[in-house]
Amino acid sequence: MSRLLKHALGQAMLMAALALTPLPAKAVTELQFYYPVSIGGPITKLIDALAADFEKANPDIKVKPIYSGSYADTITKVLTAIKGGDAPQLSVILSTDMFTLIDEDAIVPFDDIAKSAEDKAWINGFFPAFMANSQTGGKTWGIPFQRSTIVMYWNKDAFKAAGLDPEKAPATWAELADYAAKLTKRDAAGNVTQWGLEIPSSGFTYWLFQGLASENNGVLANPAGTETYFDKPEVIGALQYWMDLVQKHKVHPPGIVEWGTTPKDFFERKTAIIWTTTGNLTNVKTNASFPFGVGMLPAEKRRGSPTGGGNFYVFKKSTPAQQAAALTFIKWVTQPERAAQWGIDTGYVAVRPEAWDTPALKAYVASFPPAAVARDQLQYAVAEFATHDNQRVMQLFSDNLQAALTGTKTAEQAMKDAQRDAERILKAFR
Amino acid sequence: MHRASVHIYGWLLLLPAAVLLAAFTHYPAIATLVHSLYSTPRGNRPERYVGLDHFADMLEDPIFWQSFHNNIIFALGTIPASIALALLMALWVNGKIAGRGALRMSYFTPTVLPMIAVANIWLFFYTPDYGLLDQFLKPLTGTAHNWLGTRSTALGALMAVTVWKEAGFFMIFYLAALQQIPPNLIEAAALEGADRVTIFRRVTFPLLMPTTLFVLVNAVINSFRLVDHVVVMTRGGPDNATSLLLFYIYQVAFRYLDTGYGAALTVVLLAILAVLALGQFFTLDRRVHYR
Repeated sequence: MSRLLKHALGQAMLMAALALTPLPAKAVTELQFYYPVSIGGPITKLIDALAADFEKANPDIKVKPIYSGSYADTITKVLTAIKGGDAPQLSVILSTDMFTLIDEDAIVPFDDIAKSAEDKAWINGFFPAFMANSQTGGKTWGIPFQRSTIVMYWNKDAFKAAGLDPEKAPATWAELADYAAKLTKRDAAGNVTQWGLEIPSSGFTYWLFQGLASENNGVLANPAGTETYFDKPEVIGALQYWMDLVQKHKVHPPGIVEWGTTPKDFFERKTAIIWTTTGNLTNVKTNASFPFGVGMLPAEKRRGSPTGGGNFYVFKKSTPAQQAAALTFIKWVTQPERAAQWGIDTGYVAVRPEAWDTPALKAYVASFPPAAVARDQLQYAVAEFATHDNQRVMQLFSDNLQAALTGTKTAEQAMKDAQRDAERILKAFR
Repeated sequence: MHRASVHIYGWLLLLPAAVLLAAFTHYPAIATLVHSLYSTPRGNRPERYVGLDHFADMLEDPIFWQSFHNNIIFALGTIPASIALALLMALWVNGKIAGRGALRMSYFTPTVLPMIAVANIWLFFYTPDYGLLDQFLKPLTGTAHNWLGTRSTALGALMAVTVWKEAGFFMIFYLAALQQIPPNLIEAAALEGADRVTIFRRVTFPLLMPTTLFVLVNAVINSFRLVDHVVVMTRGGPDNATSLLLFYIYQVAFRYLDTGYGAALTVVLLAILAVLALGQFFTLDRRVHYR
């Protein structure tokens, strides 16, 4: 053997030996964390700060937050990544996508990773209304994080100008229509300069509608997510009321009202009342140049609002060490103090009752009472509409709602069509 | 060099391009065709052979037909308009005018801007009442327009954005072609006493025909390939009024995760594009060259 070759061989053996020697330093577990943003405000900054704080407290875990677009984009990216073999270890995804994630065999139930008595107590410490969309078949699949309900925001100046009590929100459907009529301003030519009310009908059409439906005692789906009840009279009645606001009372803009521009419409005084997520509370507080009120949604047969927003999920394609690290992170983020601060910074509802007992949140509610509205509404809240093959059922339901709102179908026709199509899809899951 | 080694040498030179072409064009196309014959694997349910079931389903899928219909209207509305506009802009900025560089740049800008950002800006142009469009139109017509939220105007509003974006891109090709035309041809025509319209009709435009064919093929492909504005501005709504074929494929394959049906839809789209491109080459290619 030539000297050169011997030398090279020696080098290679040395390298191999080095590579096989275990590292003396403590192993660091790395987590990829996908999160969506669907409200106004500096959410990415807040999440980055959370991750940095967490790493300071837990030097053996690295959390890498990755902004992944809207909720719909996030589940798309995560499931595509899983199929491509490059899955994240944890993510925030809509609570309603639970069935889809289970059907795709993508997530692990928390019962498998949170086994100690202390962990069990932690899981039982969330608001039950939020757990309705996080548990099924006796297992816990998601942990509430950026959760919300729909609330009503109103412009107090506009109320005063219309001769209404600026401190009192409309409490019933009849009152809402009546207030909205008084708040709708028209110029000499009869054109609207200020609408009474806007309920957004893009992006989350089904969600806003579920607010109306639940107030009319309408239930959209069974808890197992295998049946829908779109063609029940309570549901059709709720859609008729929404259409009446547009077509009969003419107090709500015609056509589709964009989810994303609704808060801006409110700031621009284009509308006196809006319905949107409580997650927009901090956004409205920062940007409204007028005094505003926040109230629960009005009642028809009862009060009601769906819960909404995202849960933490842990993915199957991760090592036990990563799953344990993910649990540590989730538990850290949902600690009372942290949950309280997150609620203050964003407007989302702090997910554990304990969080509302922290001095920080108590002081915040005392200085800004609207922050407590969404929590108080939780007692009337219903589980957000969710079924198997959720994206598809949701889409056909939203399509039909939009068809009714844009005047191509009657309320009854739209809901019957939606029910028929949903039947066809859900049959496979019964 | 040996004959054989010359062959090997030649094939080796081709190899990188051939590998890329096979990996990113041929393999995906064939894989899509194969997938379209299988059901979608879900969790613990493996895929199984279903033959042409997906295509049979498609015939009865109202949203597919709606998207197809929308796409044809979209193509008919955007292709001639953007090509005509591109030609007009190219003729203008080819002349000797003040601020020519700035004008060319501003026409080309839409092409280099990220479309998602642009679509977001247009979203606010179209916003009822205080959007840019209504700022101008409201004093004239008196009413606010919900461009993207009304079935009858949503597709048109998207088409306007597309024409605005595509025209600048095609202008560059026309501009390059215009500068290739030998000036003596124009001068000769002028000496013969032809006016400007005749020169354009009989000299300039026929010489631009190869470019027009190229632009046309691109425009047709682009009109079936568009998805980003739809995602940002309407998400296919209201009630599928702006759903285009590729958007529907995205929705089926990635939002509903029904990859089998998504593959079948893709096959249909590929077939449409292939027929259109072949038709263009075989029927038009013979006529475009100036003789």
